[in-house]
Amino acid sequence: MTGFLSFVKKETLHILRDPRTMLIALLMPVVQILLFGFAISTEVNNINVAVVVPHWSESVRQSVEKLSSNPYITYQGAIEAGEIDQHLRSGKTDAVVVFAHDYDKVLNEWKLNGNGETAMQFVMDASNTNIAQVGAGYLTNILAANQMSSAMIPETHMLFNPQMKSAFNFVPGIMGMVFILICGILTSVSIVREKETETMDVLLVSPVRPLRIILAKMVPYFILSCINLTSVLLLARYVLEVPMSGNLGAIIVVSLVYIALALALGLLVSTIAKKQVVALLISAAIMLMPIVFLSGIIFPVENMPSVLQPLSSIIPARWYIDAMRKLMIQGIGFIGVLKDFIILCIMTVVIIGIALKNFKDKLE
Amino acid sequence: MSNIESTHNSYIIQVKDLTKQFGTFTAVDHITFDVRRGEIFGFLGANGAGKTTAMRMLCGLSFPTSGSGTVAGFDVMRQGEKIKSHIGYMSQRFSLYDDLTVMENMQLFGGIYRVGKKEVYSRATEMLQKLEFSSERDTLVGSLPLGWKQKLAFAVATLHRPEIVFLDEPTGGVDPITRRQFWEMIYQASSEGTTIFVTTHYMDEAEYCHRVSMMVDGQIKALDTPTKLKQQYNATSMDEVFRTLARGAKRGD
Repeated sequence: MTGFLSFVKKETLHILRDPRTMLIALLMPVVQILLFGFAISTEVNNINVAVVVPHWSESVRQSVEKLSSNPYITYQGAIEAGEIDQHLRSGKTDAVVVFAHDYDKVLNEWKLNGNGETAMQFVMDASNTNIAQVGAGYLTNILAANQMSSAMIPETHMLFNPQMKSAFNFVPGIMGMVFILICGILTSVSIVREKETETMDVLLVSPVRPLRIILAKMVPYFILSCINLTSVLLLARYVLEVPMSGNLGAIIVVSLVYIALALALGLLVSTIAKKQVVALLISAAIMLMPIVFLSGIIFPVENMPSVLQPLSSIIPARWYIDAMRKLMIQGIGFIGVLKDFIILCIMTVVIIGIALKNFKDKLE
Repeated sequence: MSNIESTHNSYIIQVKDLTKQFGTFTAVDHITFDVRRGEIFGFLGANGAGKTTAMRMLCGLSFPTSGSGTVAGFDVMRQGEKIKSHIGYMSQRFSLYDDLTVMENMQLFGGIYRVGKKEVYSRATEMLQKLEFSSERDTLVGSLPLGWKQKLAFAVATLHRPEIVFLDEPTGGVDPITRRQFWEMIYQASSEGTTIFVTTHYMDEAEYCHRVSMMVDGQIKALDTPTKLKQQYNATSMDEVFRTLARGAKRGD
């Protein structure tokens, strides 16, 4: 056991004495959480709207009033029909609402017959599709409420995330990424570094079993990940106010399995790569990229082309993120994430198996 | 010494027809030799001659394809793990961990070889005193000159008092004065009974060895004391002996 503990101490010192590693390992999760929580958001908060009004009437005035008083909209005033293109092109305006010349008449027709001509038109700057779509939705809600009978307006309830805060969505995603980064990339680089400097040979001629050397390497990174798990959960709960309505025990258990999986991935990469740079590139290519694009952090799995959907199911982060969303935001119990948990467990066992086999083969 | 040599136990390494093949390539081709206890054994050969592969087999890092042998009384075919705890190893590029201090490096390897904590401390202190290096015990190894790193690496490799130390080109890239000091450490260890198995590129160092083997294309072409080898090949220096033997080599850099 003394051999093992000496190793753990050595690895810990390696981490503590390398400011870059420390910075990446401890600061990165916090920065990412705060960045995604506050600075980067997919919510559309501020749409610049101008109006074109050929003929001011009382009902037009009411509609414009509604626009200008809405907190999500910055009202820029009325412009001429000929200026629409110029305003949108300059980028100062995101949307222009064009009222029909005979707005009142069309409106009355609608009220009487239930059908009629178009009363207004939205011209959107769709160079940012997100803003255009969400903006058109907002405008429809605000203005159409005026025209349709109230029975026609659906009442929408946003469950689990009533304010539609995108931070809620990002927290599980960041957790899925951070643990792969810290456990996967840092462990693989630290093992490969010893191959590169040939210190690995000296360790291998020692009586300590290779498996123990590897385990000892993982211990500090595992502890580091636990610290990160704590800080991420605290930040999410108290700074971003993610509900954490699910079972906290389940969140921790699923996360620990995921951390073990990430460590195994790191070991697997280290058995393939001979240079630190290579380890870094492989990690980035096979771990980080798929997580960002395929795990559903940014692009929902359901929206992916059908070719990519099965591909996304072999990415561990997808299942982890899915489980975390359910536990943290939807607040369902452990039973609800049982499928994710079992898949993660199987993946962990398989990857550990491959990594260890590869590791032993490479020794001889 | 002479009467011990006659007994079986006087040999720390005994190897017969040791062979290592990688696919169709025979890196080490039926080598047979013995190393006596307390001896400084020079293991020479050009790059690619198979020295490193042979050494890795003796250290339990790699299994021989065929042949037999013992190191420190353990079978190289079956008891690789047991061999490991009875040997010391220092490689050419290994200069300890740069981001650990001198003392921390010693404690790490003491721990790995299961030397008790107090024992490590007293041995390390004693070694540093001998090297007149006590003032640097808390210095990070990375900030030391290469010569010092190599001397410390040797100290660390012998910290657990192994019966035999394998040195793989230990003086590569080190200045002549430090090399001289390094060999004094080797002699010191040898006089205390530790066997030294050393590979080197420097032919003047070959002269310091008790016995020398010359490897060419995976085979041992010559093995004797430097004096006898020079007589046999009618040479004035080991350098000449090496050139004569290596001339027929097919493998090279």
